[in-house]
Amino acid sequence: MAERRRIMVKVNGVQYEREVEPRRLLVDFLRDDLELIGTHVGCEHGICGSCTVLFNGRAARSCLMFAVQANGAEVMTVEGLAEDGKLHPIQEAFREHHGLQCGFCTSGMLMASYEFLQDNPDPTEEEVRRSISGVLCRCTGYKQVIDSVMAAAAEMKGR
Amino acid sequence: MKPNAFEYFAPSTVKEAVGLLEKYEDEAKILAGGQSLVPIMNFRLGRPEVLLDINGIKDLDYIKEEGEALFIGALTRERDLELSPLVKEKCPILAEAVSFIGHVPIRNRGTIGGSLVHADPSSELPTVICCLNGEMKVVGPSGERALAPEEFFLTYLTTSLEPSEILVEVRILTLPKNTAWSFVELTRRSGDFAIVGVATLLFMEDDGVCREARIALGGVAPTPIRAEEAEELLSGQVITEELIKKAGAEAAEATETEPDYHASAEYRKDMARVFVQRGLHEALSRFKGGK
Repeated sequence: MAERRRIMVKVNGVQYEREVEPRRLLVDFLRDDLELIGTHVGCEHGICGSCTVLFNGRAARSCLMFAVQANGAEVMTVEGLAEDGKLHPIQEAFREHHGLQCGFCTSGMLMASYEFLQDNPDPTEEEVRRSISGVLCRCTGYKQVIDSVMAAAAEMKGR
Repeated sequence: MKPNAFEYFAPSTVKEAVGLLEKYEDEAKILAGGQSLVPIMNFRLGRPEVLLDINGIKDLDYIKEEGEALFIGALTRERDLELSPLVKEKCPILAEAVSFIGHVPIRNRGTIGGSLVHADPSSELPTVICCLNGEMKVVGPSGERALAPEEFFLTYLTTSLEPSEILVEVRILTLPKNTAWSFVELTRRSGDFAIVGVATLLFMEDDGVCREARIALGGVAPTPIRAEEAEELLSGQVITEELIKKAGAEAAEATETEPDYHASAEYRKDMARVFVQRGLHEALSRFKGGK
């Protein structure tokens, strides 16, 4: 077995120090080592988008990175969205507009939308459709997801 | 599934990386953006014993202009190429082509060097770099060399890099103002690999004559290819509807399509014809619109 590596990584503002095998995927590190199970493992080859997290502020597939690569990095997962038990406006909008059914893809949808709305606070519906095209949902048909992101944009802009 | 166990190194210089490549040769794979390599490892289609993570070689991440050329470090993220004002101004076809790659989270990680070295003939960067006549700068134990696309891409997923060599930079010429360009592709869904991808550059004269045409196709042969007969047909001409039709037919003849899950060989070939025509139309209409 390859030598384990000591890594320091900040997740949702909390500094963690752990030893990992180099082959440990970032998503498995988050879920199994840090017990942050809001990030889901879907396809494990970068297609479904369920494992999307923010890596140093940019959306990334956590199934396509190794935990060792996060040494010294900042990661934000879906658990980092709510503050003091209060849902983030994007989460609030998903609840309000039924942006989820089974919930499997939801953390990916939320994190992709979070990055997207930071870059583009006043999007068109077409841009929203494009922004979530990297996350597969098998329940909603996407309509409610799009409604949710549009509503979140309006809400966040209004604040 | 999960990847096999491997030795992990994170070199901080190109020299260090080349030293490790020399030591481990075929046993080692370079990890750049990981957007192709890690899926391959997750499914154990590839089981490298040694992984060289080059993400710490920060001086391979740059886009700069010198003279008539753009120099792009191999570790430059696709998303940075897409959003770079310099690329948009000096080589807009590159930014456009990159915007077709996967989705934002993929482009946030994926690198220009990684995509070129992976050499998937249906991916966008090999096709557009082939059209731009990009030059790949490669460093190995005995020094560096520069490779043209036709020297660099050998066949499916195979380049002429030696096991101990690493791609460090891509050089492309900046496009003159009078360039009509387009990048078009056929996919089943947004973000998929191209069934056919076409990059078109038309260097125009003030009198409306196309001095030189360059058309590159992806997804229709073991490497990206140039549609040379179609290019010759268009070069030195005022491009008419009839010439566009002929160019599409000529380009389709240059393909070596094979059937796969997404498309039969015949369909792919016919779509090469259609998308070369569409690419020419789009390049010319954008050019006229921009004047």
